Amino acid sequence: MLNISGIHEGFVLDHIQAGMSMRIYHDLKLDQLDCTVAIIKNAKSNKMGKKDIIKVECPVDALDLDILGFIDHRITVNVIKDDKIVEKKALHLPKEVHNVIFCKNPRCITSIEQELEQIFVLTDPENKVYRCKYCETKFKN
Amino acid sequence: MRHLMSPLDLSVEELDELLSLAGDIEKHPDKYAHACEGKKLATCFYEPSTRTRLSFEAAMLNLGGNVLGFHSADSSSAAKGESVSDTIRVISCYADICAIRHPKEGAALVASQKSGIPVINAGDGGHQHPTQTLTDLLTIYNLKGHFDHLKIGLCGDLKFGRTVHSLINALIRYPGVEFILVSPEELRVPSYIRTDVLEANHIPYREMEKLEDAIGDLDVLYMTRVQRERFFNEEDYVRMKDFYILDKEKMNLAREDMLVLHPLPRVNEISVEVDDDPRAVYFKQAQYGVYVRMALILTLLGIKVE
Repeated sequence: MLNISGIHEGFVLDHIQAGMSMRIYHDLKLDQLDCTVAIIKNAKSNKMGKKDIIKVECPVDALDLDILGFIDHRITVNVIKDDKIVEKKALHLPKEVHNVIFCKNPRCITSIEQELEQIFVLTDPENKVYRCKYCETKFKN
Repeated sequence: MRHLMSPLDLSVEELDELLSLAGDIEKHPDKYAHACEGKKLATCFYEPSTRTRLSFEAAMLNLGGNVLGFHSADSSSAAKGESVSDTIRVISCYADICAIRHPKEGAALVASQKSGIPVINAGDGGHQHPTQTLTDLLTIYNLKGHFDHLKIGLCGDLKFGRTVHSLINALIRYPGVEFILVSPEELRVPSYIRTDVLEANHIPYREMEKLEDAIGDLDVLYMTRVQRERFFNEEDYVRMKDFYILDKEKMNLAREDMLVLHPLPRVNEISVEVDDDPRAVYFKQAQYGVYVRMALILTLLGIKVE
């Protein structure tokens, strides 16, 4: 069993679908933070079989967790302060996501005006449908 | 400040008001002849569309206002690489209201976000063309007197035909409306219109391939042109363009009070022999397009005429 020490202040992102941790690492821009990050891949999980975990030692307001809700709202976010879990944050689907995903419609204005922010709007929360704010094209993974 | 990006930007009540205003303009044009004196409409057309542009310009001139603008991307600063956002910021200094047409979807929304004046989407690629929808609605409303419980046939290119998608979205807000969708297999309405719009709102609809099988049931037949510019492949366009031709023989199968609408320009899909049929209202529809644009300009500029 691999042991990673606890963190004093920061986040533990638990129940990440196995294999998704590197995407989350990039989407949360953890590579740009000057702090300790531990990525645990394929950890054993009773609930999921295998899961990924990310531990981030950083001030608690340093991360934009809306993006996490978009990637997978089932991820558990434990907020750590003074070595203890002080909060379990519930994730929700954000109403809008900015510059995380990109419109693939070649007829969209964003295809020629690249300085435009890439904005996707949640149009159907039940089915997790996001559409490009400009051309309304549905986002597909 | 309000803009018009999609027909659904207007609530049913606002739409009723707009259609009533357009109706009053039709009856009393003199009353409105000076309503926009001293105001300027900019027509920013990044792709050619003589009909829509002239309709906007006629609307503003009928209101006593002036017009300025450009008619293609080549004759605008877009040719020098200027963004839509920058162009609209500049146009906002010159005009009081702007109608923008652009081949890219969402361009009008981008303009509206940076504009200091009301922006009307005069067509953004295959996405939205709200003033065409308002024209279609005014035509149906004025000639039928109501929208509820109408059986609407939509025929031709239902896949790329944005006027069709907008019209469906606008009409489902009225009770009892039914649709008969007539198209070749390749040009059926996109699946999101079937599932997210029609089925999600429990709107009855049928899909058919032969116009003859549908025409006898209809209150309104909305014909569309198969547009060359929507196809990446010329062969597909050639195969599809003459799939439907509405002629006298087919009109004989229709009801006496059915209306034939078409957003124009038509090519071969309506035979010229149908033009004199009193049920063919597509040229009248073009006239209604001017009235509804006049009403829209007045509404967005906040001008009231007593």
